[in-house]
Amino acid sequence: MADQTLPIAGSLDITPPRVKERATAVEWLHEWVITTDHKRLGILYIVYATFFLLVGGLEAMLIRIQLIKPDNHFLSPGAFDQMFTMHGTTMVFLMGMPLLFGFANYLVPLMIGARDMAFPRLNAFSFWLTAFGGLLLYYSFIGGYGLYGMGNAPDVAWFAYAPLTERAFSPGHSTDYWALALIVSGFGTLGTAINIIATVLSMRCRGMTLLRMPLFVWLLFVVSGMTLVTITPLTACQIMLVIDRYLGGHFFDTQAGGSATIWAHFFWIFGHPEVYVLVLPAFAIENEVIPVFSRKAIFGYPAMVAASVGIAFISMGVWAHHMFTIGMTSVGNTFFVLSTMLVGIPTGIKIFNWLATIWGGKVQFRPPMLFATAFLFQFLIAGLTGIMLAVAPWDWQLHNSYFLIAHFHYVLVGAIVMAFFAGFYYWYPKIIGRMLDETLAKWHFWLFVIGFHITFDTMHFVGLLGMPRQIYTYEADRGWGTLNTVVSIGGFIQAIAVLIFAYNLIHSYFRGRIAGNDPWDAWTLEWSTPSPPPDYNFATDPVVHSRRPLWDLKHPDDPDWKYE
Amino acid sequence: MISFMRKHGAPLIGLKFWPALLLLQCVQPCAWAQQKHTPPSIFAPASTPAHDIYGLSLFTLGITGGIFVVVAGLLTFAIIRFRGRQDDDRSEPPQIYGSMQVELAWTVVPVLIVVVLFLATARIIFAVQDAPKPADALDVTVVGHQFWWEYRYPKLGIVTANELHVPVDRATYLHLVSADVMHSFWVPELNGKTDVVPNHPNEMWIQPLQTGLFLGQCAQFCGPEHAKMLIRVYVDTPEEFEAWVKHQQQPAVDDAAVAQGRHLFETQACTNCHAVNGTSAEGTFGPDLTHLASRDTIASGAVKNNPQDLHEWIKDPDHFKRGVLMPPMQLSDAQIDQVVAYLDTLK
Repeated sequence: MADQTLPIAGSLDITPPRVKERATAVEWLHEWVITTDHKRLGILYIVYATFFLLVGGLEAMLIRIQLIKPDNHFLSPGAFDQMFTMHGTTMVFLMGMPLLFGFANYLVPLMIGARDMAFPRLNAFSFWLTAFGGLLLYYSFIGGYGLYGMGNAPDVAWFAYAPLTERAFSPGHSTDYWALALIVSGFGTLGTAINIIATVLSMRCRGMTLLRMPLFVWLLFVVSGMTLVTITPLTACQIMLVIDRYLGGHFFDTQAGGSATIWAHFFWIFGHPEVYVLVLPAFAIENEVIPVFSRKAIFGYPAMVAASVGIAFISMGVWAHHMFTIGMTSVGNTFFVLSTMLVGIPTGIKIFNWLATIWGGKVQFRPPMLFATAFLFQFLIAGLTGIMLAVAPWDWQLHNSYFLIAHFHYVLVGAIVMAFFAGFYYWYPKIIGRMLDETLAKWHFWLFVIGFHITFDTMHFVGLLGMPRQIYTYEADRGWGTLNTVVSIGGFIQAIAVLIFAYNLIHSYFRGRIAGNDPWDAWTLEWSTPSPPPDYNFATDPVVHSRRPLWDLKHPDDPDWKYE
Repeated sequence: MISFMRKHGAPLIGLKFWPALLLLQCVQPCAWAQQKHTPPSIFAPASTPAHDIYGLSLFTLGITGGIFVVVAGLLTFAIIRFRGRQDDDRSEPPQIYGSMQVELAWTVVPVLIVVVLFLATARIIFAVQDAPKPADALDVTVVGHQFWWEYRYPKLGIVTANELHVPVDRATYLHLVSADVMHSFWVPELNGKTDVVPNHPNEMWIQPLQTGLFLGQCAQFCGPEHAKMLIRVYVDTPEEFEAWVKHQQQPAVDDAAVAQGRHLFETQACTNCHAVNGTSAEGTFGPDLTHLASRDTIASGAVKNNPQDLHEWIKDPDHFKRGVLMPPMQLSDAQIDQVVAYLDTLK
């Protein structure tokens, strides 16, 4: 374990000992509401996202109970449609995006030796916009006056294909809640993205050139740039939808000459890069966790940066692979087959570089590395089923089947959620100052991995046997019953694992072992600060000479900057 | 083989014996029309485009499977071989920062794989999408409705619903249009799916290689009863198909014994939505009922077509299909019995 009093500039904790005064609950709450501290906002984002992880998970469980056997009547068709619409919308917009921005908010300034984000007030504004968007969406359960006079959540699927969203087919207000909630939270997302870009470009400490930034920062920088491009068409088409519904527009109103395919194009120009917006932060966490627990520098840093930027660019030109079945020309289909397959090349480079980082190392299977390792295998499979879906003729079969659902849950759960779990175990000690319990972590890990594979491996086969997505029940004579029971059982096991994780987060907050500044013997700047870091992060501005400033300090005889 | 699968109803067994199943299906004499194929596996193709897709999918599976074995093997080896050990001296391993040669090598190999896979894919795309239309191809217009299918045979003058009849060994071109929202036509054993998009007519074709009943369903979420928008495709022998066409071209049977039921049907709201050829019923919102009794199912394949279920359906369509657009007709049980008796004569 490294010496905790490393003489790095800025590492000295000169905080005056906190006077032990107990704030009243109101004062405490007030402090959290008015805060502009990037660390507190980061925590708010993460808590918000974790809450919606549980909510979205609950919705998934209701879906799985309904589908556990054929002709089940646990949920009504309408309620089922609301569940999968809310599950998808929640997990992407209220869980995935806030979680990645939470980690970015907390870690980017610390990693580049800054005291806060470039625009602290914009940061707070963005969070509260996002939070309000989530509240607005969920308020629809009470306020979205629907067909039968009951509260009515959106029930048009998370991609809300036109013209099902037009007033002729979606009366009531549920679709309005959906559109407005995404517009509002979309502006919050844009604000944070601008903030991260500005912070990375203008707030780096001395010596931190762009090519010395931790890969985590690089990837979040790329993600923020992508966000600016992708959220825009989403917001635009939501506004068009609202114009259609309330001002007599006919953008997507096919009965008046509007176009249903235009909505699909708009949505997927957002929707596909969005997948990379979510997965690049997962790569970012892998890029920090794998080297530290393999005890080696990341292999091929410049290649990793280039591959990330490459993915960002290519991912802007692949959206219509969600639309191979919509009736494009053969030339159009062929173009998107090629562009989609090209993504595989930089992605492959990343996997190989992680492999090479592990190669020759001394891998410590602490909780973050357990999740990071599972990520590698699951992301590999997700990538390969992605190639299968990129083969357009096969996609004509696989599209909108449970095979597709299995594929993107492999990406979103098997890769992204896994990596974020790794991130939780890795940075919780920094954020809270206490370690997460390792025994509970192992229960969480094994139950989750086993449940994950029972659910999503099986789901591929249900899809190959012809089961389409978003059906509230299926006929007994189709022969999908047994497999669906297995899928549901795996889902319940994952739910138990997530509850153990949530319990661990709370339990370790009070009872966890004290972490110290640098529990993992890591190399990036955030580990030079106390845990949790003081309000100002660094007492004096740090100066770095390489990509791993703490390695240089710990190994003055063999510093990194000699080799870079 | 098929009957074996039906008896056990266990899809896993079907999965295990895919190759065997396929072989058997290929040599199976095409004698048992009405034989239901289930589960509707994409790996049991029974029509030309589905066969092409199946071949391409095996090729893709081979390549991706190979990649998986190599990369997952290396990963497994690495985490076992390079795991930290108890008796370790706690020193840091040698630091390696990268290698241009290695990076190049593992960039070039994926590029080559992509080129191969892309060319194979493009070939099938053009073969399926741009195939010349045979002169004897049958044309069918498929209209997607919330939540049922309308089938029109424009050259044969037939309008029917929910049960599509096509001849074996002959190309059928399906012209896909929607009356309301987006749907998707998918019968896995015959072809991949094509979306049924309002204001955007699409086309797909099938050329079945064996007779039988093939199941599918709508594959694009289209509203509350999306799940019960089922598809039944009957692939008939040429003679059976000829006979079916002849029968469907007849006007509706007029049986004096059920005049009361017919009167009820024609004076209630039924005719606002339903048509019975040769009578005053000319509605177009719901399925054409001219030959209703010749169909095996009602409610887009969700309910068996027998007098009890038909009675229940007219009484309260929501009972079978909650959210269906047909309203309960508010008739007495006796009246419904008369209407059912009338509908039952519409062979």
